[in-house]
Amino acid sequence: MKKANLNFYISSKTLSLNTLYDKIWSLHRVTELPEGSTQLFVGLHLIHEVTSPQAFAALDEKGLKVLCPERTIATVDHIVPTITQSRPFSDPLAEEMLQTLEENCKKHSIKFFKIGSGNQGIVHVIAPETGLTQPGMTIACGDSHTSTHGAFGSIAFGIGTSQVRDVLASQTLAMKKLKVRRLWFDGKLNQGVFAKDLILHVIQKLGVKDGVGYAYEFAGPAIDHFSMEERMTICNMAIEAGARCGYVNPDQITFDYLKNKAFAPKGNAWDEAIKWWKSIASDKNAIFDDEVRFNASEIAPTVTWGITPGQAIAIDSLIPSPESLEKSDQQIALEAYKYMDLKPGSSLEGLNINVCFIGSCTNGRISDLQKAAEIAKDRHVAKGVKAFVVPGSEQVAKEAEKQGLHKIFLKAGFEWRKPGCSMCLAMNPDKLENNQISASSSNRNFKGRQGSANGRTLLMSPAMVAAAAVTGAVIDVRKLINKKI
Amino acid sequence: MKQDTLFPQGSIHSVTGKCMYLSGNDIDTDRIIPARFLKCVNFDTLGNHVFIDDRSEKKGMHPFDQNHNKTANILIVDKNFGCGSSREHAPQALMRWGIRAIIGKSFAEIFYGNCLTLGIPCVIIKEEDASSLINFLNKNHDSIFKLELEKKMITSKEHIWEISIDNSSQRMFLSGGWDATKSLINQIEKIQTTKSNLPYINSFQKLQEKPS
Repeated sequence: MKKANLNFYISSKTLSLNTLYDKIWSLHRVTELPEGSTQLFVGLHLIHEVTSPQAFAALDEKGLKVLCPERTIATVDHIVPTITQSRPFSDPLAEEMLQTLEENCKKHSIKFFKIGSGNQGIVHVIAPETGLTQPGMTIACGDSHTSTHGAFGSIAFGIGTSQVRDVLASQTLAMKKLKVRRLWFDGKLNQGVFAKDLILHVIQKLGVKDGVGYAYEFAGPAIDHFSMEERMTICNMAIEAGARCGYVNPDQITFDYLKNKAFAPKGNAWDEAIKWWKSIASDKNAIFDDEVRFNASEIAPTVTWGITPGQAIAIDSLIPSPESLEKSDQQIALEAYKYMDLKPGSSLEGLNINVCFIGSCTNGRISDLQKAAEIAKDRHVAKGVKAFVVPGSEQVAKEAEKQGLHKIFLKAGFEWRKPGCSMCLAMNPDKLENNQISASSSNRNFKGRQGSANGRTLLMSPAMVAAAAVTGAVIDVRKLINKKI
Repeated sequence: MKQDTLFPQGSIHSVTGKCMYLSGNDIDTDRIIPARFLKCVNFDTLGNHVFIDDRSEKKGMHPFDQNHNKTANILIVDKNFGCGSSREHAPQALMRWGIRAIIGKSFAEIFYGNCLTLGIPCVIIKEEDASSLINFLNKNHDSIFKLELEKKMITSKEHIWEISIDNSSQRMFLSGGWDATKSLINQIEKIQTTKSNLPYINSFQKLQEKPS
């Protein structure tokens, strides 16, 4: 791997030319603001119950209206319980948040995908699967994992609540142009290695800071062969590498996915759309600010051992010693050993697990559940382990049930839940207790992230989580594939 | 907590007050305000819960609990402060606790932007200047400092330390333009022009159409 030169906050000049990012940026540029930032039009604005109420309140305080209500779509995901979703929710705060969202959507004529509508789910799962997310768009949402939508060749980024207010009021944002780094992947992933492993590997190699100031273009033969859902997994975690957005150029795989989706163009508009979508991909001679190259065939199943997504190792290697790390990473490594109660030089394989969580905007889609079900099939969750599967959306749940995946999980001793963000961030009843260790297909292993102040999270692919569930400990999933352990 | 302190407004040239230092690289937004406190429809009570897990672990010895820091309004941090979530709850929690400026070796990008939109300057200090400032602060907890955005420095009665801030953010604080909503809405005609030129809006996609 070739490491790039990194200059944070030093040079504001970007070199990139004719990349997808440059093209979409130019097309959505409204004007240059006097303070030196660019006013950028937001093509699709997604909102949910956590980061929108304060934005609507601020709008009311200023006596402003929603400028383009037809370009904003709402759903509820973070706070929904996943066992029973009957109203009112047992948590009055959660109920209040949902009611506030319902009232705001009604008042401002915003389309709301409510529970039971068939379209509710995690915002980064439902927008792609309904065809709202399309190539060439700028997409904003008050949630950092908005980078997910970049999988379609859109420029999608998370925003804060004040910016949600700005988008509601003006359908635009004040932004600065990012640099563009191309991450090139030769080769292809080996059996038992998944998109999640690829992105955890990237974050481990480049660190959680190196993407700051960059958009990441994921490209190369390995990415060309990825399905849309695999592309969503890697773009989803671009933000964990520090990059505000990540994207993949749109291609036939993108178009095939979008064809016949509810909000995708139809008839003549479809042909016109494809023509335009093809034109916004990075040109062959596009110039990038820099490039880092990887070989996908060298990547092993990857698991985090610490308290940042960059503190990860290949399953067949050992937890690093502080001396082997860069100086700036040593302090947080010491904090991580202590918090996780893990020793440098030890292996993660064999580490007992208390809770297994399959779901989230990173890995809660149908192909993720299929891969986990392949491992769960004809096996059983180990004694003392709590394992549960949370589909990313009502559509995912419906499809999984059509395929009988829920039966495989239930038979194997997993719980089959209703759609939502669940234990990825535990703003709902799904939480770790005390210092439990979870094997989780989600995206963040920060201290306290999964609902207990001393709860511990190991991030890994859904297949690896299923493997941990049935053996009761962290295990290299390749040992279970095609074998009966 | 100092909720009665006025929140930032208008042009911001300087921030004057006591400093406090919080050590550690990569302090993420979930540590600043754990996710379980995000269930709220307004930000009013967030200040009470800032760094709550770290604070209960340190039993009164956390910088946000130490007596000499109770009235501090300038926070000094290390590298990549505020990484993690895009949720504005983290800077909101710091602001509602009483923080009005942050001096650090580097910041996470979304956090930096969120602070800007709240009128909280995040400024960069070089490693050696940071050490000198922190050394001085450790011996002079009650010193009053002045962070000056135009002159790019922080001063105590006796000392001057250099800081840096990118030109665009600096202009936004000085002009009051950090409160972006107004300047964005002013461009309504240009917004409509940009919108009508987008192929996915003017030709092949109409969101308002019912899906078939």
